[in-house]
Amino acid sequence: MKVHEYQAKELFRKFNVPTPNGKVAYTTEEVEKIADEFGLPVVVKAQVHAGGRGKGGGVKLARTKEEVKEVADSIIGMTLVTKQTGAEGKKVNKVLVEQGVSIKKELYLSIIPDRETASVAIVCSQDGGMDIEDVAEKTPERIITVSVSPATGIQPFHLRQVCFGLELPKELMKKMSALVKNLYECFVAYDCSMLEINPLIITEEDDIIALDAKIDVDGNSMFRHPDVKEMHDPDEEDPIELEASQYGLNYINLDGNVGNIVNGAGLAMATMDIVKMAGASPANFLDVGGGANAEAIENGFRLIMSDPSVKGILINVFGGILRCDILAQGVVQAATKLKLSVPVVVRMEGTNVEEGRKILADSGLELINAVDLADAAEKVAKIVA
Amino acid sequence: MSVFIDKNTRLLVQGITGSEGQFHTRSCIAYGTNVVAGVTPGKGGQKMDDVPIYNGVKAAKKASDANASMILVPPPFAADAIMEAADAGIELVVCITEGIPVMDMMRVKNYLATKNTRLIGPNCPGLMTPGQCKIGIMPNTMGKGGGPVGVVSRSGTLTYEVVHQLSQVGLGQSTCIGIGGDPINGTNFLDCLAAFNADPETKAVVMVGEIGGNAEEDACDYIKANIDMPVVGFIAGLTAPPGRRMGHAGAIVSGGKGTAEAKIEAMKASGVHHCENLGKIGELCKKVF
Ligand SMILES: Nc1ncnc2c1ncn2[C@@H]1O[C@H](COP(=O)(O)OP(=O)(O)OP(=O)(O)O)[C@@H](O)[C@H]1O
Ligand SMILES: [Mg+2]
Repeated sequence: MKVHEYQAKELFRKFNVPTPNGKVAYTTEEVEKIADEFGLPVVVKAQVHAGGRGKGGGVKLARTKEEVKEVADSIIGMTLVTKQTGAEGKKVNKVLVEQGVSIKKELYLSIIPDRETASVAIVCSQDGGMDIEDVAEKTPERIITVSVSPATGIQPFHLRQVCFGLELPKELMKKMSALVKNLYECFVAYDCSMLEINPLIITEEDDIIALDAKIDVDGNSMFRHPDVKEMHDPDEEDPIELEASQYGLNYINLDGNVGNIVNGAGLAMATMDIVKMAGASPANFLDVGGGANAEAIENGFRLIMSDPSVKGILINVFGGILRCDILAQGVVQAATKLKLSVPVVVRMEGTNVEEGRKILADSGLELINAVDLADAAEKVAKIVA
Repeated sequence: MSVFIDKNTRLLVQGITGSEGQFHTRSCIAYGTNVVAGVTPGKGGQKMDDVPIYNGVKAAKKASDANASMILVPPPFAADAIMEAADAGIELVVCITEGIPVMDMMRVKNYLATKNTRLIGPNCPGLMTPGQCKIGIMPNTMGKGGGPVGVVSRSGTLTYEVVHQLSQVGLGQSTCIGIGGDPINGTNFLDCLAAFNADPETKAVVMVGEIGGNAEEDACDYIKANIDMPVVGFIAGLTAPPGRRMGHAGAIVSGGKGTAEAKIEAMKASGVHHCENLGKIGELCKKVF
C-alpha cells in the first residue's frame, strides 16, 4: 500500500530521519498561512501517488507572498500528468508545504527487498535529484548496492560501504551512518516493500535531509500496522478496484473491452494473454480466488458491468474444490439477478463439468458455452470484434 | 517413482482444527495420503476425526514419526509455523497459506538455510504424486498417475489446467508441484528440475512460470547445462501492465525486470519448447514428448 510523501515523512520522523519542516494544506489560504508561519521561501508539493511530480508542475518553489498564492492556486485542483499517471493524470486535492532549504548536493537512496537473495538491498548514488533509471542506464557504476541480511540486521560495515561508496567527506560520515541505520530500522519495522528518497540532500550547513519520501508498505503486513492502514487514501484508487477490494477480490482495470472473470491469479493472467492472442483486448484482470463461489462470481459480474467499455464477458473457471454444477447455478443466478446487457462466454472445466454445462444451456440466458480455453477466447473475440 | 512425496510419506498438519485445516486434511485422507498427526497449540490430546492432535510439532513428530508437514494457519502465524516445523526436523514442509509478509519470509528463508528442511510454497496449492499422495489443496480428481511428466508451476489453477490437458492427451504425471506465487518461496523451479532430473520415472517436464523475479531464467540456465529430457514451458502475464501485482504477490514487472518477454527469450535460448497458447499446451506436449 502506497502512502503519500507527507505520511512517509511522518514515519521517517518517528525514526529520527531528518525532513524539512512541513504541513499539509487543502486550500490556497491554508498554504499562505503556513508560509507566514515558516517564512519564505517555501516549496509547495502536490500529494498524489505518482512519481515525476516536479517535471509535471506539481512541485514549485515560492520566494514571495505573491508567488505563494500563484503557486498554490496553480497546484491545488490541478490535474497532474506525469509519466507515471498516464495521460488522464491525477487530480491534486492536497499539497505539502515545506520550508525551503539550501541544497549543496543531491543524493539518491532507496531500500527494497531483494527476492532473489532474501535480503534487504540499500541502493544509493551520488547522482540524486534525477531519474534513477537514467543513471542506471548511462552510468551504472555510479549506483551502489549494499545487501543486508535480516538475520544479522544492519552492521557498521554496511554503513561504511554506503558512505565510502557515496564518496562522502569524512566529517559527514557519522551523520549519514546514523541516518541510513535509522532508515533501515524504519524499513523493517514498517514492512516496507519500497522506500525511496530522491533527493537526499546535503545542505549548505552540512545537514543531511530527506527532501522527498516514497514508501510502499507490504499489503500483507497490514494486520500489524493499524497506523499505516489509516493512511490509506481512497482518492488514489481506481473506484472499481476499490470496490473489488471490499469484496475481497483482486481486480485490475485495463484498457480493452473483454471483461474477464477467472479463478486463480495465474489462470487469470493466462486468460488475458489468450484473449489478446485471439485478437481482442482484456478490460480487466480479475481473480475471484482459487476456490471461487457463486457470490464471488456475482460480485465479479457487478464490477465488470460498471466498466462501460466492456462489450463481452469471458468466464473461465477451473472447478476443483468448487464443482462446476454449483458454479453454473451461481452464474445463472447472478446473470438473471443483474440483467446482464452483454454476451457472456463461459468456459468451465473440472469436477461435474457435464452437469454444469447442461445447467447453462437450459437457463435460457445468453450464455455461450466454450469447450476449451482456445475456443472461449475465439468466441469472445468474435463477439467484441 | 516420483519426487518429494510418495506412498511412504507420513504427513502432519499444522492448523488441523481450523475450518480450512479440517476440510483439506479430510480431502488429503480421502485421496489416500497417510495423515499421522495434527498440531494446534492448546488442543493437544484431542482428535480431528481419527487424527491425534498435539500442542507442538516436536511432540507430534516424536509420537507419529511424521516426515512431512502441511501448514494451513493464518498469515500472521505462518512464518512461525514453518520455523517450528524446521526446528523439529521435518524434512518436507508445504505451506499453503497466502498473504505472509515478505519480511517474515525473508527471516524464514535465512533460518531454513541452517536446516535440512525443504519448504514448498508459501501461497501454493501443494503437490501431488498421482495415485499415491497429495499434500495441499489440489482437487482430488486431478492427475493421472504413473506417467512420465513432471509438472512444476507458480500458479494453482494453471497447474490444474495443464495437468488436465496432459491427462486428456493421455500423458500421466510423476509428480505435480505448485511452488507458489510469492516473491520469496522455499523451493524454486531449479530445485524441482534437479529433482525431476534425478528421478528415473520422470522423462519430461512442463514448467509453468509467470512474470516477476528471475526464477524462470535461473531454471533455464540450469536446463541448458544439465537437462537432456524435453521441457515444455509457458509464461503467464504477457499482457500484464508493469508495476502492478497481478494477484500473486510475486507477479510484478518492476523497473523493467521480470517481464514475460525476457523469460520466454530465456526459454527459447535454453532449448525449452515454449508454448504460446495455453489452450494448446496438452497437444504441444504430446508432440514434443
Ligand atoms: N524543501 C525544499 N527546499 C528546496 N528545494 C526543494 C525542497 N523540496 C524539493 N525541492 C526541490 O524540488 C525538486 C523536486 O522535488 P521532489 O524530489 O520532492 O519531487 P519530484 O522528484 O519531482 O517528484 P517525485 O518524487 O514525484 O518524482 C528537488 O529535487 C529539489 O531540488
Ligand atoms: Mg523526487
